[in-house]
Amino acid sequence: MRTEPITDASGRPIPVARTWHWGRWLAAAVALAVAARLAYLIVANPNLDWGKVAGYLFNERILSGVWVTIEISVLATALGLVLGVLVAIMRLAHNPVLSGLATFYIWFFRGTPVLVQLIFWYNLAFLFPELVLKIPFTMIGLKWDTNQVMTGFTSAMLGLGLNLAAYFAETVRAGIQAVDRGQTEAAYALGMTPAKRMRVIVLPQALRIIIPPTGNEFISMLKTTSLVYVVAGHDLMTNASQIYKANNLIMELLIVASLWYMLMTAVATFLQGRLERRFGSDAVRLVRGGGLAARILPKVAA
Amino acid sequence: MKPAANPGADAVVDPVVDSVPDPVVRASGVRMSYGDVQVLNGVDFTVASGEVSCVIGPSGSGKSTFLRCLNGLEPVLGGSLRVLGEEVGHTLRDGRYHPWTPKEFASFRRNIGMVFQRFNLFAHQNALENVACGPVHVLGTPTDRARVLAMEHLERVGLADHAHKRPHQLSGGQQQRVAIARALAMNPALMLFDEPTSALDPELVDEVLEVMKGLAAEGMTMVVVTHEIAFAREVGDWLTFFADGVVVERGRPGELLAAPAHERTRAFLSSVLGSKERQEP
Repeated sequence: MRTEPITDASGRPIPVARTWHWGRWLAAAVALAVAARLAYLIVANPNLDWGKVAGYLFNERILSGVWVTIEISVLATALGLVLGVLVAIMRLAHNPVLSGLATFYIWFFRGTPVLVQLIFWYNLAFLFPELVLKIPFTMIGLKWDTNQVMTGFTSAMLGLGLNLAAYFAETVRAGIQAVDRGQTEAAYALGMTPAKRMRVIVLPQALRIIIPPTGNEFISMLKTTSLVYVVAGHDLMTNASQIYKANNLIMELLIVASLWYMLMTAVATFLQGRLERRFGSDAVRLVRGGGLAARILPKVAA
Repeated sequence: MKPAANPGADAVVDPVVDSVPDPVVRASGVRMSYGDVQVLNGVDFTVASGEVSCVIGPSGSGKSTFLRCLNGLEPVLGGSLRVLGEEVGHTLRDGRYHPWTPKEFASFRRNIGMVFQRFNLFAHQNALENVACGPVHVLGTPTDRARVLAMEHLERVGLADHAHKRPHQLSGGQQQRVAIARALAMNPALMLFDEPTSALDPELVDEVLEVMKGLAAEGMTMVVVTHEIAFAREVGDWLTFFADGVVVERGRPGELLAAPAHERTRAFLSSVLGSKERQEP
């Protein structure tokens, strides 16, 4: 906003005429009218019972579904991040077998729909009725009934986590490759082994490129969990659908579920903003903050 | 700093100081190539303990590549290169050639400090952490002890006040001094300098050269690839001129600079010194 008065050559102020942006007013009015009409059509719809929406908003099963959705999202994201780093390091390895397997992993999990993967894990018992973990050539080990292990919850976590790992591995690889080659040379010149160089020098620096997209992955994961309803994972969408299948209040419960998804996304977006402010791709910010990464990652000096 | 037990060396200009019994570096016929491009065509080069050996030459002459061969950052593809008593990059057992594992390379490099043209300080660590990094992560020095030692090394290069600054908050000259301190923190037996002042603004060159002069005076064995002819004249025990992947000539800096034996050396020196002298009337 201009505060100094506009003056002519001799320093006398010139009155400024008001500019009317007719086009802007018109466009705003049209857009508002359309939006208001659409909102009215929904809000005032006689077939929609807002009382029921309010009634179900804090329904016990809805709240437990919200909690399960958060759990699945957090666990699947955590699994995806850890596995993604591993796959990325394998992908960059000199060992052609490791690198080939990682490439195949990424291709496979990005190449098949996540819906298919979820149903696959849920029905794993058709292939392996029992899961056995034992020391080879001995009888020492553990055995589980596959159907008890592969609940909707675990198959959701596995399916979503393994899938995220494939996408995240590519993010990590880009981050690692973006770290200046001179850092690696300096680490080698000090006498570090390749593994130590990766852990102490390269990965901490790759983080500033890797971390911002993880917020996006998590937000997207919050909503991808709704696919879990095909395997009855007791998440928000599953529970909402079970309620509406019983009472036929389909629209009301979809609105309830959407309101919760929007709230979760809003919270996650806020957290993502904090994360990016701390680790944003701006190197200056990263290196100043003694924040999360500095606490998790090995440091020279505490 | 004079080569020990080598009285005749002052008179020798071209033949390498082979009379030194156990040199820190002894290269004979070292060859190296990037694909089809031959970079080193049989380099002979010797550095005795406590000597400062300066290397000059036009860009593309292979001098930096040779320096990087000395600590195994580039592979030697022919000839023999012995550094600190070890054949770099491989071991002969039962008459067979065993290439070093990454671990063997790593333990070999602990005793050799390297300073890069572009500093290569670890961008996510402050100056103190950079200097303590090697001792903590490579030697296993306890963190507290490493920090104390790192502070001493920073004091030595005059940067104790900047210990908690990140590399991007330091000037080029300061970064390079931290890089020298980082290399010294490993107590190396040999220091390699790869054009340490070439990336610096002219007014920052001297602070780095001063630190290097101090090191030389303390008897550190150094190989310095440089364009600073004045530094080579003042501090170097030997001056080697590289061109086209070979050592064209080698001698005492004063003698070689005053009376180069080869036409290539003469041409290079006149272009380098000529431009310098025009700057300093």
